[in-house]
Order: sequence, then structure tokens, then C-alpha cells
Amino acid sequence: MSEDVVLETRDLEKRFGGVRAIAGVSFKLRRGELRCLIGPNGAGKSTFFKMLTAQLRPTAGQILFEGADITKLHAHQIGRLGIGIKNQVPDVYDGLTVHENLWLAASAEAKPTAARAKVDEVMARLELGPLAERLVGELAHGQRQWVEFGMVTAREPKIILLDEPTAGMSVEETNRTAQLILEANKSATIVVVEHDMQFIRQIARYVTVFHQGAILAEDTMANIQANQTVKDVYLGKSGSA
Amino acid sequence: MDEVAIYAFQIGFAFAILILISLGLAVIFGMMRVINLAQGEFLMLGAYFCTLITQSGVNLWLAFLLSGLAVGVFGIIVEVVIIRWLYGRILDTLLATWGLSLFLVGGVTTLFGPQSESVAAPLGRFSVGVYGISQYSLVVIAVALALLAGTYALWRYTRFGLVVRGTMQNPTMAAGLGIRTWLVYMLTFGFGSALTGLAGAVLAPIVGAAPPMGVFFIGKAFITVIAGGQMPLLGTISASGLFGTIDGVVSYISSSVVGEMGMLFVAIILLRLLPLGITGRLKRGI
Amino acid sequence: MALRVLGLTAPSKKPQPWWWGVVALLALFVFTIPLYLDVAELYSISNFLVLAILALSMSFLWGYGGMLSFGQTAFFGLGGYTYAVLALNTGETTSALLIAVLLPMIFAAILGYFMIYGRISDIYFSVITLVVTLILEKGIRATSGDQYVIGSVRLNGQNGIPTTPSLQLPWDAKAQLDIADVFYVAAGLLFVTYIGLRLLLLTRFGRILVSIKENERRSELLGYDTRRYKWLAFVIAGGIAGLAGAMWGIWGNFVGPNMFNLNQAAQVVIWVIVGGKSTLIGPIGGTVAVQYLTDWLGTQGVGQVSLILGIILMVMVLLFQQGLLPSAGIIAAFAKDRLGLTRRGRAS
Ligand SMILES: Nc1ncnc2c1ncn2[C@@H]1O[C@H](COP(=O)(O)OP(=O)(O)O)[C@@H](O)[C@H]1O
Ligand SMILES: [Mg+2]
Repeated sequence: MSEDVVLETRDLEKRFGGVRAIAGVSFKLRRGELRCLIGPNGAGKSTFFKMLTAQLRPTAGQILFEGADITKLHAHQIGRLGIGIKNQVPDVYDGLTVHENLWLAASAEAKPTAARAKVDEVMARLELGPLAERLVGELAHGQRQWVEFGMVTAREPKIILLDEPTAGMSVEETNRTAQLILEANKSATIVVVEHDMQFIRQIARYVTVFHQGAILAEDTMANIQANQTVKDVYLGKSGSA
Repeated sequence: MDEVAIYAFQIGFAFAILILISLGLAVIFGMMRVINLAQGEFLMLGAYFCTLITQSGVNLWLAFLLSGLAVGVFGIIVEVVIIRWLYGRILDTLLATWGLSLFLVGGVTTLFGPQSESVAAPLGRFSVGVYGISQYSLVVIAVALALLAGTYALWRYTRFGLVVRGTMQNPTMAAGLGIRTWLVYMLTFGFGSALTGLAGAVLAPIVGAAPPMGVFFIGKAFITVIAGGQMPLLGTISASGLFGTIDGVVSYISSSVVGEMGMLFVAIILLRLLPLGITGRLKRGI
Repeated sequence: MALRVLGLTAPSKKPQPWWWGVVALLALFVFTIPLYLDVAELYSISNFLVLAILALSMSFLWGYGGMLSFGQTAFFGLGGYTYAVLALNTGETTSALLIAVLLPMIFAAILGYFMIYGRISDIYFSVITLVVTLILEKGIRATSGDQYVIGSVRLNGQNGIPTTPSLQLPWDAKAQLDIADVFYVAAGLLFVTYIGLRLLLLTRFGRILVSIKENERRSELLGYDTRRYKWLAFVIAGGIAGLAGAMWGIWGNFVGPNMFNLNQAAQVVIWVIVGGKSTLIGPIGGTVAVQYLTDWLGTQGVGQVSLILGIILMVMVLLFQQGLLPSAGIIAAFAKDRLGLTRRGRAS
């Protein structure tokens, strides 16, 4: 396998007071991958994503994007480099319309005409057309998730980080989200945090397991499912595993 | 030598004044994330109360304590009527307390008139070389230190202090442990108000009592508290030390207005470097 | 919701054609006022118009930039003093007016750099801006000595500069504007400021600014350097407040330290709160209403104006969060709902 590493962390660490939420994570992501990140609640997945996007400052360690150290950059600089994130909690402009939300995302990079075209394209792809003039705050939970997904992709990032993109979605919506992610993966490297094993089997080839702030295992989906340590970590959660 | 002593005194006095005018504000801010824009008017109320009761024959030292008590009770009323309804809405609390400040200035002017009331400063003066220093200034410094020590002791060694610190660290958990956080907030606001009222009373023999007197002090008080950061005691002490030095020296060389401008200037630059104030990065403590 | 009921559009929405019609009608109305009011009334209405420009500076910053500056009076006073000092020194008022806008912008740029690029919290921002205007006031008050002279102009401390000249025609220094002329200039500048801000909010800059107010972190993650947009908004608002200050000097032929003071600063906040910060037109109405009230109270001699203002501020914050105009909208919406006049629900 070629080693075109697009994102790497070295001994990344984050403490909250005395708690080591991330305890030395060294992680490599190859270009074009669709990686799944799993792990029990509190394993540090969201914290990890937030450090990658400069929403949190690491206590120690390094983050490299395409070989360059980005550990000390600001969030907007990370965004400009081409790392987009959908946070676990929906993070949209509730007081603005769907169209405006997408326009703001598209305009961050593109020229006005290109941005408008991009907005139209994303709205068509996500079937948000009829909702264009609705305030995002008035939409159902699943629709808001898609708006945010649309915003992240409208930005045309090189890496997309998705923190629990299907939380609170119906089975049908979840399947559709899986399709959207596979489609977006054609042009971007993607990391998805998920709990739904069914969903992960649908999309992932390679899986990283987080446990207590560290990487417990990293392998293909088939091997991970056979891995006894991983099973132990998820013990009592066998329903979802 | 006299020169050195007089500088030391200037700085010490400026430090004490900053402690007096900002300690109550800092206690409330550190605990409740609330900045009471009527802080200056609470000082004024303390000064008025002290002036009025000494004029009717109460002993000055006793009047200090009574003023603190009276403004403390007033603070509790304010908490119940205004502050309580605005928890979590920090900017609205600012606005409402600003309204309170205008209301108090207008109210006191209506009641007592715009003229200034005064109390004679007790004690005499002594001299350091060619310089004269009023002994009362030393009392001011002593009171400031006593208030600091008292607040520290209350926070550190009493059950109330423990509960307050717990609530400050983690209100949700404190509530989960059965602490009545509303009561803690109310008492903290009352305690901060009492400190402020007492400070106003102690200042009364120096500056008198007049409706606009609050405005004279609040600029400095806000700068001190904001630059100090969230920790009421350590923040106030360090910021007062820094700004007291600037204020004392600059005011002595130039004028008090220039001293205050110097404070503001340093504070703004400081905030660029430490946006959360001097104690902003420290996680624990008081 | 509330805004929709009143037919007002949300920020960053293209104004409806009828909006331009309403603005034009309003302009027509305002510009005919001098035909049927006497000079004294004209004089006091001009004051409202000038102060409304100051209110716009704050409501733009707060309502659309999410920055609650308590100290727009700092730029207001600075603009006034800049105008007075320059006009008296040079005998020429057009450039003095321009510089009275520029200098506060530069001051805002420096102050804003430290506050906004330092990412200080909202509460610190509000309090620091307040302290800045308080300390400027003290500074100006301390300039009563003979040594405080800029060029040939004494600053006069407490007493201010009572010889502040009125505006001249740019091409004719001898043609001083009279009270009616000043009224026209003030009205014209208010309309220009209002329409200018309304249009600014439709631009890329304006829409991004509103997005930052909505959710600053999201804007950052999308790659916008939010500090730059906020800083620019702060500088623009500083310029508008400076313009208001210069016009206030022109209007009253006077500038003084009270332009900076706490009461003045509180009034700006009250105008905007009463009018509601979610529109730009509301604060203009709020300014006129509150200012009319305080003027009236002043003439009635019913005690302390600040007492009344304090009560208004507390009541507004505790009971009418949205401002009077939008609150009226909410009540109207509620009433409509109750009476079953609308069957459309929330559909857009
Ligand atoms: N802002 C914070 N302050 C303190 N502790 C935090 C904070 N954010 C997360 N944590 C802690 O860090 C750990 C990891 O949390 P998180 O990254 O949200 O886990 P996950 O997303 O895997 O469920 C948890 O123990 C959580 O309590
Ligand atoms: Mg999580």
C-alpha cells in the first residue's frame, strides 16, 4: 500500500485538569481513505477531532497535515487548509436559512459565481431544494445534520471529519447518509466516528478503535470484529457490536 | 530615603484603594461570572450610610461595620429581585445592573440632593522628612489587608467557604450533592456587596459621599477585576499590586488622571497577551 | 417570527421593493418637516436625528456583529472634539468633518486590535469599552489648564468648546449653514448611514458578519478569520459614532466632556434596547422616543432623569428582551394565533 499520508498525529495528548482524555495518540491517515473511528463513550473521539481542527489545543504532541506541522494553527487556518468537520453536536447557523448556511460554506473558498453554483449543486445532491428558504433552526434533527454535512462538503475539503453523522436518524436516513459519505469519499479523505456497527460495515474498510484516550486496535473491519480485546471493551454492549 | 518611603507609601496606598474598591466586585465575578456595573453605586451607598449614621452620633468604627452590613442586605435584595432572573445571561446582567446604577444615582440625588456629605477624617498626620502623611491612610491600608485576610480565611477555613468553592468549581455537581446553589449565589452576592459597602464607608472620610462618587472609582475597579481574571483573591491581589504600582508612581509624578490612563493602557495590552486575565490560565484556587 | 408579523425582513435578506418605497416616503416626509415646524422644534428634532446615527453605530455592532460595545460614546466624543479642534484651527469644516470620522476609526482600529485579536470574552469587551469612554471623559475634564491647547484651541476641561463652528459649504467658507440646513444635513446623513448599513449587510462582508454573530465557531471552522470581520465592523461603527459626534458639535455649536460620560453611554444602550437590536430601524425609533421622553422630563422638572432611565433599562432587560417594537410583534403574533386569524402555521 502506498504511503501517501495526508494526516498524521504524533504522541498527541490532551489533559482536562487531571484527566488524560487523549493519552498519546499516534495516528496516520492515507489519502483517499474512508476510516471509521469507534470506541465506547468517553474514549476521546470527539476530543481527538477537536484537536485536529484547533477547537482544542493539545497539551502535548504534534499534528501534521501533508507533512507540515499544523499543531499551532488557528481554527480558520485549518479550515482553509482543507480540513472540514461536522461536530457531534449540530453546529449550524440556526437563525439563517438553509440556502444561507450553504452559501456561507461555499463562499469561504469559491468566487461568488462558483459559490452559487456550488450551493445549487449541494442542494440538489442533498435534496434540500424545497427547504432552501427555511430557517435551519426550524428543521428536524436529521435534516439539520444533512445541512451541516452539506456545509462541510460545499467547502470542498481534502479531509472530512464526521462526528456521529447518523445520530438520531431513522434507518432510511442512515442508509442515505452512508451513500452520501461514499460519494463524498470520491474526492475527499474521510474519518467517521460512529457507534452503529451496521452502518460501519456498510462504509468502512479500515477501522481504528479508541479506548481510554489511546488507540486500542487498528485493522480491517473483519479483523476488528474478530478481535477479542475489542470485544472485551465493548462487553455489555454486544447488542451494537 | 524619605523619597523611597514616600514612594512606598504611595504605592501601598494605591494598592489598598484598588483592593477596597474591587474586592467585592471580584468575589461576585469570580463566583458567579457576573460583573455588577452598579459596583460604584454600592460604594456610594456604603459611604452615604456611614456618613449619615456618624452624623447622627454613631461611632465611626462601628459605622464602618454597620455600613457593610446594610449594603450587604441591600445586595441580597438586589440578587433576589434582579440578578437571580438573569443567570446564564451574562450580558443582560450587565445591562440590568447598569440600569440599577443609574437608578441609584438618580434615587440618592432625589433623596439627599446633589451636594456632597462629609465625615471628618479621624486621627492626625505624621511626617516623613518633609512629607506629611495622614494616619488615616494607614488605617485604609490596614483595613484593605484585613478584608483580604478575612475573605481568605472565610473561603479557606469555613464550611461556607468550602461550599462556595465547590459551587464555583462545578455548579452542576454541587447541586447534585444537595447544595442549594441559589442560596450560595445569594449569600455570595450579599457578601461581595457587604465588602463593597464597607469599602465605601472607609473611603468616606477621604472623599466624602456624593451621588456621582461611584463613577469616580468604577473605571479602576473594572480594570483591576478584569485584568485579575477569575480568581477573586489571587487575581485582585496581583492586579492591584501591578496597577497600584503604576497608579501610585504615575499619579505621584504626574496626575491621577494620567495614572488611570496608564492603568487602562497596561490593562489593554495585558489582555492581548492574557485574554483571561492574570489568573486566567490557572485552573484552581481562589 | 415576530419580525415577519410586522413585515420586517431578517438581516442579510434583500429588501423587498416596497422597502425602498417606504424609505423614499419616509425621506420625503422628513425632508418636508422644515416646511411646517418652527425653528425651535426643528432644532430639537435635528438632535434626535444626529443621536439616531449614534444609535445606528451601536445597533449595527450589537445586533449584527454580536459585539455589545458600551463605549460608542468614546468615538462620539472623539469625533466631536476632532471636528471642533480642527475646524477652529483651520477655519475649514469639510475636511474637519472627514477627519472627525477617520480619527475615531483609527482609534477603534487600535483598540479593536487589542480586544478582538486578543479574543477577550464578551463581558470583558463590554466593560473595557465602557472604561475607555469613562477614562477619556476624565482625561478631557482634566484639561482645564492653559497648557492644554491644540494649535490655537483651548480644550477647556469641564467647560468644553462652546465656539464649535457650524458647517460651511465646502466651496464657500462664508456660507455657514443655519438651523434648517443643519436639519437637512443631519437627516441626509442619517438616511445615508441607514441605507448604507442595510446594503452593507447584504454584501459578502455583511453576511459573514451576521454568520459570526450566529455561530462564531462554525464560521471559523469554515475558514473565515472571524477576528478580521469583527474588527472591521468595530472600526466602521467607530467611524459612524465619530460622524455622529461631529454632527452633534455642529448642531449645538458645542462639544464637551459629557459626550463621553456614563449617562450618555447608557442612553445609547437604552435607545437600542428600547428599539430592539434585531432591526436597524427600531433603534432609530427608540432614540427618538427615549430622547423625546428625557427632553420632556427635563422641562417638567420631575426629578432625576437618570432615575427614570435606570428603571427603563431594568424593565426592558427583565421583561422585554426583544425591544418594544419586536415585543409588540410577538404580542401581535400571539393575538393573531389566539384569534385564529392565521391558519398557515409556520410555513414560510
Ligand atoms: N471540555 C472538557 N472538559 C473536561 N473534560 C472533558 C471535556 N471534554 C471532554 N472531556 C472528557 O474527555 C473524555 C473524552 O470525551 P470525548 O472526547 O467527548 O469522548 P467520546 O467522543 O469518545 O465519547 C471524557 O472523559 C470527557 O469527560
Ligand atoms: Mg463524542
